[in-house]
Amino acid sequence: MKIIVLVKEVPDTYGQRKLDLETGIADRAASEAVLDEIGERALEVALAYADSHDGTEVVVMSMAPESATATIRKGLAMGAASAVHITDPGLAAADLGLTARTLAAAIRRTGFDLVIAGNLSTDGSGGVMAAMLAELLGVPNATALSSVEIAEGSVAGAREVEGGTMRVTAELPAVVSITEALPDARYPNFKGIMAAKKKPFETLSAADLGIDPQDLSTAVSIMTAIAEKPPRTAGVKIVDEGDGGTRIAEFLIENRLV
Amino acid sequence: MTDRPADPILVLLETTPNGELATSTAGLLGAASRIGTPVALVVVAPGRAQALAEQSAAAGAEKVLVVETDATQAELTTPQVDALAAAAGAVGPDAVLIPNSIHGRDIAGRFAARTGAPIAVDAVGVSRDDEGIVAHHSVYGGAYDVDSAATFGPLVVTVRQGAVDARAEARPVVVEALEVSPSGAASAAIESFEAVTEASSRPELRGATRVVSGGRGLGSAEQFALVDELADALGAAVGASRAAVDAGYIPANHQVGQTGVSVSPQLYVALGISGAIQHRAGMQTAKNIVAVNKDPDAPIFEVADFGVVGDVFTVVPQLISALAERKR
Ligand SMILES: Cc1cc2nc3c(=O)[nH]c(=O)nc-3n(C[C@H](O)[C@H](O)[C@H](O)COP(=O)(O)OP(=O)(O)OC[C@H]3O[C@@H](n4cnc5c(N)ncnc54)[C@H](O)[C@@H]3O)c2cc1C
Ligand SMILES: Nc1ncnc2c1ncn2[C@@H]1O[C@H](COP(=O)(O)O)[C@@H](O)[C@H]1O
Repeated sequence: MKIIVLVKEVPDTYGQRKLDLETGIADRAASEAVLDEIGERALEVALAYADSHDGTEVVVMSMAPESATATIRKGLAMGAASAVHITDPGLAAADLGLTARTLAAAIRRTGFDLVIAGNLSTDGSGGVMAAMLAELLGVPNATALSSVEIAEGSVAGAREVEGGTMRVTAELPAVVSITEALPDARYPNFKGIMAAKKKPFETLSAADLGIDPQDLSTAVSIMTAIAEKPPRTAGVKIVDEGDGGTRIAEFLIENRLV
Repeated sequence: MTDRPADPILVLLETTPNGELATSTAGLLGAASRIGTPVALVVVAPGRAQALAEQSAAAGAEKVLVVETDATQAELTTPQVDALAAAAGAVGPDAVLIPNSIHGRDIAGRFAARTGAPIAVDAVGVSRDDEGIVAHHSVYGGAYDVDSAATFGPLVVTVRQGAVDARAEARPVVVEALEVSPSGAASAAIESFEAVTEASSRPELRGATRVVSGGRGLGSAEQFALVDELADALGAAVGASRAAVDAGYIPANHQVGQTGVSVSPQLYVALGISGAIQHRAGMQTAKNIVAVNKDPDAPIFEVADFGVVGDVFTVVPQLISALAERKR
């Protein structure tokens, strides 16, 4: 079984994240870049299956700037067998459509039984990538899984959707996405970090995949305006001296909030 | 389609598990009515179309396209995508609006990929300028406002639930049954669905005007009841931090923040929540923020309009009685 895990490099959410007001693209210098936590959990799902099923090959794949190599390598250190890094200056401001077309081409090229993505990234928060890829690859999508059961030939799981819990199953090949209800990922250990240095790391350009990022005949979504909102400022802070609750009630009444 | 409007906006309406229109309906049709003529699409179980068409018209749909099928009970995503593709073919919309729910995002993603239309996700509003439809987004936890548009052709927009206040006027019911030929696209099978009926009359978190949230500081699932109590006293929805969800105090659909729900209420009350940046990302656009935390250095105080350094178990009961006192 060959499992491709889609991971993304994102600005660390623990830091102050900035957008470039000229280009609207994430200001990579403003905060540290990390492997998105949800991508790590997706990788954990694949690695946990591989641990107990010989003959499972786990590939981490990412479309990211050249500088993301170290971040992607973390996936290898955690235990993935190989990495595919799609990087191309032309893809710098790729919209969701171009990202999906590029990833789909790379997934096809690599070959797969199962693709595991995160349900939502912390920067794009698009939450549409798994479904787009499933459509482009002509396979089923099972998204937002809060539990995953991988079997020979199928994948199943539960999804917490509006109004209830749904159980779904799909024949492989398929694309799934997972939620943060799934366990935290393992940490790379020293052995893993050393081993990662010798693992296959493929770097692909858009042209390698037959993708022309500048193709004007395809409609794309573009950013037309961007504005920074002034940060929120602190108001009144009191220390409770036995009247904290009453003081909140007064605040609510004064501000016509009750 | 006969008498096609000049500026159609195709709106995919979502239905609830028990076959009603989802609460996102009014906002979606309201948003559509500001940028064109709302044409609704409902994909429902046989026998439900007329009732839902009437409700859609009451919420502002100029015309309601209906597809009656059982397939949505058995197959994930693709029946709705097939219907949407057929509707888009018939209507030729300037934009397609879809709720930014789990189902909605799947449908939007597949539809955009199938038709090659650009997609704008998690919009908090839409408008129209000389060049066409513009989607408005609030990103990085509300720190930036960003607009996006298609270079040409229709834009697919997923609209954040509860973010649009605009409402459309009721219109006469115009229903049209839509012919859909299944694409045969591979899809996952739905094995079962278990509805959770939240046994409460509390407002829904998304789009709520008041929210009371609790964090790890509540200490246990039993003690989390204090959050519910204050919420009821204020007529508020109940939210939570991820730590409270992880600790099992409350189900995940109550999580506010980066990877939870984004809320923009008139009043947000944070109880026993430290105010990690990922939590603030989902609530800092609230008009008024009140926080109670026993740690004077908790970051939640950096965004609170009124902060009390104190123990939630003494401050909140006093607040609840003060509110009850006032009601008398
Ligand atoms: C990728 C990513 C996404 C994330 N997404 C989210 C998200 O969507 N939402 C979210 O909330 N978090 C999210 N987090 C987690 C976030 O970083 C914090 O861990 C989390 O918000 C902490 O929750 P908390 O404030 O309840 O817990 P803590 O940080 O443990 O804070 C508990 C607070 O309660 C106070 N307290 C304790 N007892 C009392 C008492 N008796 N009275 C008053 N105060 C008391 C303490 O002083 C403390 O400040 C995310 C993290 C990552 C990495
Ligand atoms: N550039 C990318 N490279 C690899 N995977 C991606 C990329 N963008 C999105 N994904 C995958 O899609 C998921 C959802 O991302 P998003 O659509 O940005 O919310 C992520 O968790 C990844 O698994």
